[in-house]
Amino acid sequence: MTVLAETPTKPPSGPPSTGNGRLVDLVLRARELSIAGALVVLVVATTIANPRFLSAQGVEDIFLNASILALLAVGQTMVVVTRNIDLSVGSVVGLVAFVTGKFAAGTDRNVLLVILLGLLIGALCGLVNGLLVSFCRVPALVVTLGTLYVIQGIDHYVAHGEQISASDLPSSVLALGNDALLGIPYLPIITVVVMLGIGFYLRSYSSGREFYAIGSNPEAARLAGVPIRRRVLSAYLVSGVLAGLAGVLWLARFGTVVADAANGWELKVVSAVVVGGVAIVGGVGTVYGAALGALLLTTIGSVLVVLKVNPFWQDAITGVLLLLAISVDRLLALRVTRTLKAKSRSRRGRRRANGNGNGNGAGDAAGGGPAATAAATAKEEGNARDEV
Amino acid sequence: MKFDARGLIRWETAVTALLVLVFVGGAGVSPDFANGDNLSFALGDLSEIALIALPMTLLVVCGQVDLSVASVLGLCSALTGWLWNAGWAIETIIPLVLVVGVVCGLINGLLVTRLGLPSLAVTIGTMTLYRGLAYVVLGTEAIAQFPQRYTDLATTSVPGTPIPYPIALFALLAIVTAVVLHATGLGRSLFAIGSQEDAAYFAGIRVKRIKLVLFVVSGVVAGFAGIVFTLRYGSARADNGLGLELTVIAAVLLGGIDFDGGKGTLGGVIAAVLLIGLLRNLLMLNDVSTEIQSIVTGLLLIVSVLTPRLIAVVRESRAKGGGARPASPAPAASS
Repeated sequence: MTVLAETPTKPPSGPPSTGNGRLVDLVLRARELSIAGALVVLVVATTIANPRFLSAQGVEDIFLNASILALLAVGQTMVVVTRNIDLSVGSVVGLVAFVTGKFAAGTDRNVLLVILLGLLIGALCGLVNGLLVSFCRVPALVVTLGTLYVIQGIDHYVAHGEQISASDLPSSVLALGNDALLGIPYLPIITVVVMLGIGFYLRSYSSGREFYAIGSNPEAARLAGVPIRRRVLSAYLVSGVLAGLAGVLWLARFGTVVADAANGWELKVVSAVVVGGVAIVGGVGTVYGAALGALLLTTIGSVLVVLKVNPFWQDAITGVLLLLAISVDRLLALRVTRTLKAKSRSRRGRRRANGNGNGNGAGDAAGGGPAATAAATAKEEGNARDEV
Repeated sequence: MKFDARGLIRWETAVTALLVLVFVGGAGVSPDFANGDNLSFALGDLSEIALIALPMTLLVVCGQVDLSVASVLGLCSALTGWLWNAGWAIETIIPLVLVVGVVCGLINGLLVTRLGLPSLAVTIGTMTLYRGLAYVVLGTEAIAQFPQRYTDLATTSVPGTPIPYPIALFALLAIVTAVVLHATGLGRSLFAIGSQEDAAYFAGIRVKRIKLVLFVVSGVVAGFAGIVFTLRYGSARADNGLGLELTVIAAVLLGGIDFDGGKGTLGGVIAAVLLIGLLRNLLMLNDVSTEIQSIVTGLLLIVSVLTPRLIAVVRESRAKGGGARPASPAPAASS
């Protein structure tokens, strides 16, 4: 820490070193690429073992099954990026699937009305979570555990042991889950549209970038004037609304809904998000990675079935994948930080040789790259304290 | 933060008062509630939650969390059944299963300390992994027919008292834990790590070693709870204890341990565990449906984290004479 002893002068005004930005970008993109790569390897290997795996029906099933999970993962990404978590999504899906099913059963209601009702219920649940987390400043993990219990209880209370069956549902609802547009089923289309929309917003709007700023360093975001409460609230709202949409899609896809539909899905969703490279401590990750993570987990499930592996292995494999994902992320972040530090050190060394001391080591590194650089830098420092 | 304790009722006192209130109210509402047999049953029903709450308290004080405990319980339960089926003696099974608990905790601890990963992410991963392994070991079958002399150990009470054996053991462990947490340098270190980890590290506290030991203790206690659970129900299944980690965390938070670490007392947690047990028992006695129980648990969780925050906000605005500013949670002094 000899740097501290020097008098800090203004950092040299020059173009931010693109080398740093490129390196970090590459690492982050490498994440999506590596999941896509893993997917390809998995699919190719399975197809060699059993050619029927890649039948049109098989692929369609994987995409249909992944759609709902990916939709939830996209919503969860908004929340996790702000260093929060929403564990109530599984119970919201169950509640919405049942209530909208009851609303539509035995009638010929317009499917848009059914969707609207689902979105409303989801928004309401998201609002409750968001208000509790953002305005009462209580830990997100605990609050959403609590709302998970409550919503699950309400779901069971409403269901009273009944179930919705596909034969009661209007054909327009079932069509949503099983028909296709130009040969592509509606579900993946809906998921991809939502993903692209939210992905674009998070990447290209300044308010979207603020989500990352909050997760990366809440205190700095607050001092920079980011409206933290409003952003966190909207993250939960989006997560809730998408869970509502997922609930309607669940109803449309499966037709048969029992009270504990989507029970335990919150962990699947969090797994997909984490495998997809969204850091659970906030500030890093994309919705595309999360959606790919969901696709990977779904594909693994199908592969195990095709290869006739004992399905009991699926959870264990998912767990190992999760641990691998977070470990690899961590090691990469450490490496990036080391590289950046080495660069700034060597730059400092050069400057010192030119006779202008500069006490702004990390400033150079964090100033140039995207928000993720700052996140990666903040995340090393041996400061791995959980702030959940 | 000396004035925390002054002028305002302490959180632990509030929980204890609530406990007494529920007990008295329960005795008034249900004639079957306050007799020895029922209380003994209610206590016994808390065995695993109470045992696991002890190491969980230490972890949360330290600013960590272990979500994998219920899965370790399930894995150890499944292993107990599987080994018993394979013809091993219970005396051999118990140490073997405890070793598995140690290994589970070690994996958690090493991932957290060696790689510097957040414990929340790590234990969500191992929670999935260990539960998956439990299913690999036992699938969906249930192993029963454990010999009576062992199941009696888990279900009967210490002669002359209404206290079941597992709870008696819990009482002993609770005393040890309370002494460690509130009367030793090690306990002080835990509070220090929880309130300001970097400062604790630079003050010479062996942060990594302490965290590792805590995760191992958490693993071994969860493993032991798996054996207790198996013998108490006389059934070993892979899904034993599913969702139990949430109840444990609910109890710890209700007991006034701050989720940001560095605050709280073990007494509060013990009161909270008893409170949850009595409430459950009361709801069960009055045939309240499980969905309402689930709602009550959820609300209890939310209220338990909300109340201290609201108190803090009120106190802040009183102190400042203005509205509550979105301040960062102030690290509490561990005095």
